[in-house]
Parts: sequence; structure tokens; C-alpha cells
Amino acid sequence: MTTAEAADANTIPILEAVGLTKVFGTGDDRTVALQDVSLDVAPGEFVTVVGASGCGKSTLLNLIAGLDQPSAGTLTVRGNVALMFQDATLLPWLTAAENVELALKLRHVPKAERRARTAELLGIVQLDGWGSHRPHELSGGMRQRVALARCLAQDAQILLMDEPLGALDAMTRDHLHDEIETVVRDQGLAVVFVTHNMREAIRLGDRVVLMGSHPGRILHEELIPLPHPRVMDSPEIATRAADLTRRLKSQGHAHVG
Amino acid sequence: MSADVLTPVVDDTPAAPPGAGRARLIYGWLWPKALAIVLVLAFWQVIVWSGWRPTYVLPAPAETLQTLGGMLGTERFWSAITTTLTRAVIGFALALVIGTTIGVLVARIRPLRLAVGSLITGLQTMPSIAWFPLAILLFGLDEQAIMFVVVLGAAPSIANGVISGIDHVPPAFTRLGRVLGASPVSLYRDIVLPAAMPGYVAGLTQGWAFAWRSLMAGELLVIIAEKPSLGAQLEFARQFSKAPQLLATMLVILILGMLVDGLFSSYSRRLRRRRGLDVGV
Ligand SMILES: Nc1ncnc2c1ncn2[C@@H]1O[C@H](COP(=O)(O)OP(=O)(O)OP(=O)(O)O)[C@@H](O)[C@H]1O
Ligand SMILES: [Mg+2]
Repeated sequence: MTTAEAADANTIPILEAVGLTKVFGTGDDRTVALQDVSLDVAPGEFVTVVGASGCGKSTLLNLIAGLDQPSAGTLTVRGNVALMFQDATLLPWLTAAENVELALKLRHVPKAERRARTAELLGIVQLDGWGSHRPHELSGGMRQRVALARCLAQDAQILLMDEPLGALDAMTRDHLHDEIETVVRDQGLAVVFVTHNMREAIRLGDRVVLMGSHPGRILHEELIPLPHPRVMDSPEIATRAADLTRRLKSQGHAHVG
Repeated sequence: MSADVLTPVVDDTPAAPPGAGRARLIYGWLWPKALAIVLVLAFWQVIVWSGWRPTYVLPAPAETLQTLGGMLGTERFWSAITTTLTRAVIGFALALVIGTTIGVLVARIRPLRLAVGSLITGLQTMPSIAWFPLAILLFGLDEQAIMFVVVLGAAPSIANGVISGIDHVPPAFTRLGRVLGASPVSLYRDIVLPAAMPGYVAGLTQGWAFAWRSLMAGELLVIIAEKPSLGAQLEFARQFSKAPQLLATMLVILILGMLVDGLFSSYSRRLRRRRGLDVGV
């Protein structure tokens, strides 16, 4: 499955997965989490991945992030990768600012620059003045913003996001959609954004990738040519969401090989 | 708009509380201890009143406290306390270094863990007094015999604290470290060890309790001439049937143990509170 139509022909994809397969366990415990998954992402492209729980979305991101090795297939990543976890995963003994700063420290950014850069990043995610608070003193949405700032601190070209907004209320989520979109476009990042929510996928994605389970595989890819920023409750998104959801349901559990 | 985007108006930064707050904190920490002491004294007085034992064997709290007051004025008492506390500090410090090193090694190195993991827990269940005959054979009736047992008493708990602290580091934190590109050293320094702190402090608290118990057993058994200590003072008080002095010394031992334990638990509470963890009652 190629996406030549997605990016213009002469850009080199920043991320190229060919025939990725991931098998966990052996014998009776054997789970094929991913089977023959191929996906290209162009620089600056926003790709959203939708699929049922357990279809291998996190597995795919873990492979791209290098946290796990594929059982088969090749993966070419032309840039640094940052991963944003579902539950923020801030370190509770550090303040918001120190959490962001840690990413700079581990990248060996000189100490003198770190403080200013941290303040700048907290500003980008609209958390000026909250730097000295500890994670448990922040709301869920604020924690995700700190996590986003920490990802930006990694100075990566590819941002992987694993259902980062799943636990948030609709209003905070809408707000963060706007913010993520702005930040990502300003910095020219390529994004792979995983979600359960079809409308969220269409709201954000230049391209939506549908995944099916057992085994985890790509069912369909759809370009979303609507202009940004989009409104999640708009009729255009609702129609497309209904269409793609139908598609996912009809193919999702069809047994393959 | 969502409350999320409001600019901060909160100014109660979790830094050091102002004077009044601190006083209240100390008061809040002190009164349960004071109440415990009052309860013990009352219970004790009731037993004395019951006439269960003559007062030359079991003196009343008032008499004991009076003896204690007199003791506080003697040089011998302060030299005893100094000896005992010096031993406690040195012994605990040794146990800290040894226990922490062993704990980190065992937590890191799998074969070592299989080999010594259960041994450490086994050592922890070993009553420290059972070590003394061996210690005395090895080192004679000497300072080193006491240190040996204090370290053996405390180090396993500390090592176990390190191991369980490291074992309970959420895997998500180590994954985060890898995503952030941490080297093995910085993964440990910046993520694993800080995350393991609550377990470590629990191990230190328990290690202290064991060190203190072992030390008292040691001071009762290994009495060094010309070197007064709290344990020796207990033993002499028994030999010369000085019941008020015996009980007064016991009170001192109890209070010292509680004080140090209080330091550990208030540190542990602060640590947990800063992380937004449940601090219990
Ligand atoms: N470390 C592992 N060991 C064994 N099986 C695993 C492991 N990680 C994932 N799996 C299995 O792989 C499959 C895909 O898991 P994955 O976490 O990628 O799903 P997901 O699409 O992210 O689901 P969700 O939307 O619920 O997060 C599941 O069947 C899961 O049980
Ligand atoms: Mg997942």
C-alpha cells in the first residue's frame, strides 16, 4: 500500500515502514500484533491512526520510537522521534519545568540555555507561570501540555502521539487540538497521532489510517482535503466520520490469512 | 473557556511554610507522641498501684522520672548517650553504604539477584542477637563485635528497600527515559533512583529500627570497661537492682528510638506528599 498520492512525488518520506510485522510470545500465547504494515509519512504531514482497542496502534508507535524491535519488515526513520504517552507520564518528583528541562538535559543542552528554553516551551503550550507546580497539582489537560512541551524539547522532527487526549473532557480536548495543530505546523513536525475517536482523527489528520485487528493491519487510508483548522462538530467531519466508521466496522474483523 | 487556560492565581507554592505553619506542623507531630507517653505512664502507674510487684522492683513513674532528672545531671549519663549514639550513627552509616551498594547491584544484575535475593530476605528474618556469639568469637568483646551485628541487622533491610524501590519503578518511566535518549547512567541517576526513593526511605526506616535493636542487644552483651553506654547502664542497673535507674534508662532508649524514627517518617511523608502520593493518617 503506497501513499504516493499523499505527498508530492519528489519528497522523501521522513518515516518509511515496509512490511512491518510484530509477533509477541510463542506457541499458544502467540499474538500477531502487527502484520505486514506499510506506512509512509512525509515531512510535516499529520497522519492519524484509528482502530479498535488491541489492534496494535501502540505497538506500531513503539516500533517507530525504537522501544521495540519488529519481527519482520524494515523501518526507516529520517530524523529524531519524540513520543507522547497516553497518560502524560510526568515524573512526580519533578516540577513541570523540571520535567521539560530533563529532556533538554538528556540531550546535553548546556545548563545555561536550559532554563530559558524551558520557559519558552512552557510559553508555547500556554503554561507560563505554572513551571514550579508539581504534576499532581496540575489538571489532566495541563499535564498533557507539559508532556507536549517535553516532546518539543526533544527537538525531534517526528512526533508520535499515543491517544494523548483520550482522558480529557471535550472542551479541553478541543482546545488542545487547536494548540497541537498550531505548534506542530509552526515547527513543521511530522505527526503520527493515534486515537479511538474517528472525528478527532478527521479533525486533525491530513490523512487518516484505519487499522483492523487480529492480526493488526492497515485496512484503508484516506486523505482529508478539508482546510485547517477544522471544527470537530462540523457536518463535513460528521459525514466523513460516519463513512469511515462504517468502513472500519465492515472490514475490521474480517479474517485475513 | 476551560479553566485550564486561566493564568495562575495560585500563590501557595509548596515551598517551606511560614513560621506559624511550621510551628503547627511540629505541634501536630508532637502531640500524638506526647499522648502516647501519657498513656504509657498512666498504665504503668495503675500497675504500680495494683501492688502487683513491690516498688523496689517496679518503681512508680514519678520516682523513675525523678531518677531520670538526676541522671541527666551526671557526666556519666551524657558520656553513655554519646557512646551509644556514636555507635548508632557509625553503624547505620556503614549499613547504609553496604546495604545500598548491595541493593543496587542485586537489583541490576539478574544472576546476582537469583543467587542472593532470597538470602537478603533470609538475613532480615535472622534475630540479630543470634549473631553475637559468632561476633564475639570473631572480634572479641570489642567495639567491632557490636558494629558487625549492627551492620548485619540494618544492611539487609536497606538493601531490600533499594531492591523493592527499584522493582516498583513504573515501566513507563524507564520507557520514557529511553524515549528521551537517556544513557544507562543518566537513566539510573535521573529516573530510576529518584523513582525508587519512597521504597528506599522505607528500607532506611526499617534499617534504623533493626540497627537500634541490634545495638542495644550488643551493648548488653559486649560491655567494654571504662566505656559507659546506655546498654551497659541497663545491665549495671539490673545487676545492682537499681530499678528506677533501669526504667529511666529504658525510657531514654525508647525516646531516642522514637525521635529518630520520627525523623525518618516525617522525611518519608514529605517525600510522598511532594509527589502527590497518599500520605496516610
Ligand atoms: N509486550 C507485549 N507482550 C505480549 N503481547 C502484547 C504486548 N504488547 C502488546 N501485546 C498485544 O498486542 C496486541 C496489540 O496491542 P497494542 O497495545 O498495540 O494495542 P492498541 O491498538 O494500542 O490498543 P489500545 O487502543 O487499547 O491502546 C494486543 O493483542 C496485545 O495484547
Ligand atoms: Mg494503545
